[in-house]
Amino acid sequence: MHPVTCLRWLVTSVALLALTGCVSERVVLLPSPDGKPSAVVIRNAAGETLIDRPYGESVQRSGYHRAQPALETEVKQRYAAALAALPPRGRSFMLHFDTASDIPLPDSLALLQQVRQEIAIRPAAEIVIIGHTDRVGSDADNEALSLRRVESVHALLLAEGIEDAVIETAYRGEREPLVATPDGMSDPINRRVEISVR
Amino acid sequence: MNEAGDKMRTAIKLTMGIFACFAVSVSVTANDAVGMIKISQGQVSLQRAGGNTEARAGTRVYAADRLRTGADGSVGVTLKDNTLLSAGPNSLITLDKFKFDSKTHAGAISVGVKRGTLSVATGKIAKQSPESVEFVTPSSILGVRGTEFVIEVIPTVEVD
Repeated sequence: MHPVTCLRWLVTSVALLALTGCVSERVVLLPSPDGKPSAVVIRNAAGETLIDRPYGESVQRSGYHRAQPALETEVKQRYAAALAALPPRGRSFMLHFDTASDIPLPDSLALLQQVRQEIAIRPAAEIVIIGHTDRVGSDADNEALSLRRVESVHALLLAEGIEDAVIETAYRGEREPLVATPDGMSDPINRRVEISVR
Repeated sequence: MNEAGDKMRTAIKLTMGIFACFAVSVSVTANDAVGMIKISQGQVSLQRAGGNTEARAGTRVYAADRLRTGADGSVGVTLKDNTLLSAGPNSLITLDKFKFDSKTHAGAISVGVKRGTLSVATGKIAKQSPESVEFVTPSSILGVRGTEFVIEVIPTVEVD
């Protein structure tokens, strides 16, 4: 925004606010990281406003409302402090296993180095480990196997020097396959432990 | 209305009162935490029933907590469903409601922006049940559809 325009806007806002003692609000939609369409719906006394374009904004002051496009550079500058404090997005790693084994495959073991680095660069990292199996064997055996897989990966992370207090674990047996298969079918993608770092 | 009935009603009220007391006095644990502060710069305070707590990277946050930043402050929080929240200077953000089932990813979030700026990157709950995610400003309620956005609220009078 041009400095003079900005000043005029400020003066107008202040004058309006002083008159009404009311609140000024602004909502700006940011582009989604995956580029997919996204939207915000704003409901208030004036009705409903939809913002569905990146950098579209809605400005509202005492009985006055408008929706318009905002300038990317202005948005980034105006909200620089808040945007800089947005924590890093969560990231997850998938470890795979041979049938009935609780030792990760060699490629998966190599991933642990990346997991350790990811945890090291994050401020106050938290980790969730969830174990799964494919649909070979009984439900009860698979519950136990998924638990063993989680315990095995948990021990490996502790051996990497990761603090136990920031790790949560869970196991799901064959209940949540990534690939839907008939019961009894072997599937390398479903034999997995997911490590989520946030 | 007979006397026995009255006594019964009194007893029920008493019992309910005792349960209510328990519900309020249950202490907070890591399991009840709804998220964690990941970034904290400048003046940031975390207000909780029973007193203020330090607001540093690694501090857990709970439902009903209020985050307040000073003129040089900013704070970033990751909720358990991977929702990212961050507040700029002179902000007051309230974590009014957070429910999350880590198995189904169903849940509900309500975050208030009393003043200042809040930027948001929505997480798993917004993906699974977007209708139960809301951000509340003094005049409006915002609903989301898999979204990143910024909310700014400039009040003229101080709010607590």
